[in-house]
Amino acid sequence: MFKHIEGGDTRARVRLQFDGRPIEARAGDSVALALLQGGCIPFRTTPVSGAPRAPLCLMGVCFECLLEVDGRANVQGCMVEVRDGMQVRRQEGARDAIGGER
Amino acid sequence: MSGSTSTRFDVIIIGAGPAGMAAALTARQLGLHTLLLDEQAAPGGQIYRNVLGVQPAVGTLLGPDYVHGGALAHALADSGVTAWFGALVWDVSAEGVVTGLRDGQSFQVQAPQLIAATGALERASPMPGWTLPGVLNAGAVQIALKASGSIPAGRVVLAGGGPLLLLVACQLLDAGAQVAGIVETSAADNRRQALPHLPAALAAPGYLLKGLRMMWQLRAARVPWFTQASEMKIEGTARAEGVVFSSGGRPRRIAADVVLLHHGVIPNTQLSRLMRAEHVWDEVQLAWHARVDEWGQTSLPGLRVAGDGAGVAGALAAEHCGTLAAIGAAHDLGRLSSVERDRRAGPVRRALSRQLRIRPFLDALYRPPQWINAPEADVIVCRCEEVTAARIREMARLGCQGPNQTKFFSRCGMGPCQGRICGNVVTQILASEIGRPAAEVGAYHIRAPLKPVPIASIVALTEFGHPTETAGVDTHE
Repeated sequence: MFKHIEGGDTRARVRLQFDGRPIEARAGDSVALALLQGGCIPFRTTPVSGAPRAPLCLMGVCFECLLEVDGRANVQGCMVEVRDGMQVRRQEGARDAIGGER
Repeated sequence: MSGSTSTRFDVIIIGAGPAGMAAALTARQLGLHTLLLDEQAAPGGQIYRNVLGVQPAVGTLLGPDYVHGGALAHALADSGVTAWFGALVWDVSAEGVVTGLRDGQSFQVQAPQLIAATGALERASPMPGWTLPGVLNAGAVQIALKASGSIPAGRVVLAGGGPLLLLVACQLLDAGAQVAGIVETSAADNRRQALPHLPAALAAPGYLLKGLRMMWQLRAARVPWFTQASEMKIEGTARAEGVVFSSGGRPRRIAADVVLLHHGVIPNTQLSRLMRAEHVWDEVQLAWHARVDEWGQTSLPGLRVAGDGAGVAGALAAEHCGTLAAIGAAHDLGRLSSVERDRRAGPVRRALSRQLRIRPFLDALYRPPQWINAPEADVIVCRCEEVTAARIREMARLGCQGPNQTKFFSRCGMGPCQGRICGNVVTQILASEIGRPAAEVGAYHIRAPLKPVPIASIVALTEFGHPTETAGVDTHE
């Protein structure tokens, strides 16, 4: 759904996993952008109706990019930088406690 | 609170965009013990996001208006101001105690003068299909460009109105994206309403010329361009597939992989509302902002709001407002005489007034269409809790007099975004349904934590010996 513009980007490559699928990202990118580049749509399904969702704002306001990151639920994907070996999972429906460990 | 674990400053500035950076620089120059806090990893806010780290090619593409922010950010780095990045502020007390989370650690700091420079966020554009993956705010794409040199892949349609819509379209063209259409929603009457403000706008530095250049570029690129669009919806099942609307009396459809919505920006008032400062409903900008005096001072002694948070006026105006707020803070702290305060403020105020000349014209030209704030029955307004416009109107008919009652009975605005996205629209739907002005209908009460934080970090505050009141149920309007 997103791509890097051509040329001039010398940033290191970072590898993470989305639901077990390998995703290559650039160092410094947010998890949300890395997943948009990897076509990992949707990010989550809603607790109320199970509707698919993906980021709206990319600036920490909309909370549509909530993901499970390294075992922590309800992480705002747009506010977290990618790290090598990061394990990211789609959130299906509701989570137990906001920001809590699973 | 106990002094041993807290750190005291003369002034704490929250938000490191143009207003916050300028405020911090001025406060430092005036000898104030200054702390600058921002949730992001680096200074710049959204407008100058990643300005210190941007790839050169992307900086060139974004142009001199963006690069200007680099000078501010460099000056800030050189100034010796204490700046904490990655610092999420989630509570501020009336005594000026600021509570936050940084690197997983809770912190509390205190100052007699606080400057909230929390900027703006994009106005919601509720319409059928706006919750589909692939529908983003236009500003989100600019952030992707600034932060990572990323652009949307496939066919991009931009819909709405405002300078940012055209700017993003031009930047996407420059970056090699496939712009499949621009769908402007501004009503036919907007131009007539804007005309009386044109003379003042002509005195504004360069803004109109920039606007014309953007239009020329988009025309030259032969981007399909529709105006006065209405009856808009986004089609798709698992993700956005196209935009359907009516323009020129005819139904239209443009296929799209990514749809970018934009109806201007509105002040981010979460912090000043948390603190119960007085707010006013702006009938021109159709949004709330804190009531401030010429030094950014709110109704609460010691709390100032600078920049777009006190009314949207753009990045350069925000910079001047930040400077004025810091000068005002220094005066209130007894560090600057009234004469010296006014001498320093003079040139800043003149520069600010030059920046403000364009606003009445832009506000009139790009006033959002009436239908965007009066969504059809089935449209989801509260995205978090999936509450429709029909449900909100039903609440009003059942006697809800304001957004806090609607929230209590329908969960509208109770999700993780805490009403940031829907609040403005809910106020307007209720105002229209109840038949009272938006100013009387009111806004959601904001409570700590300003953003969801782990329970453990709230518990950790007991270490500071400062009990913090957290969210509770309150049905009082």
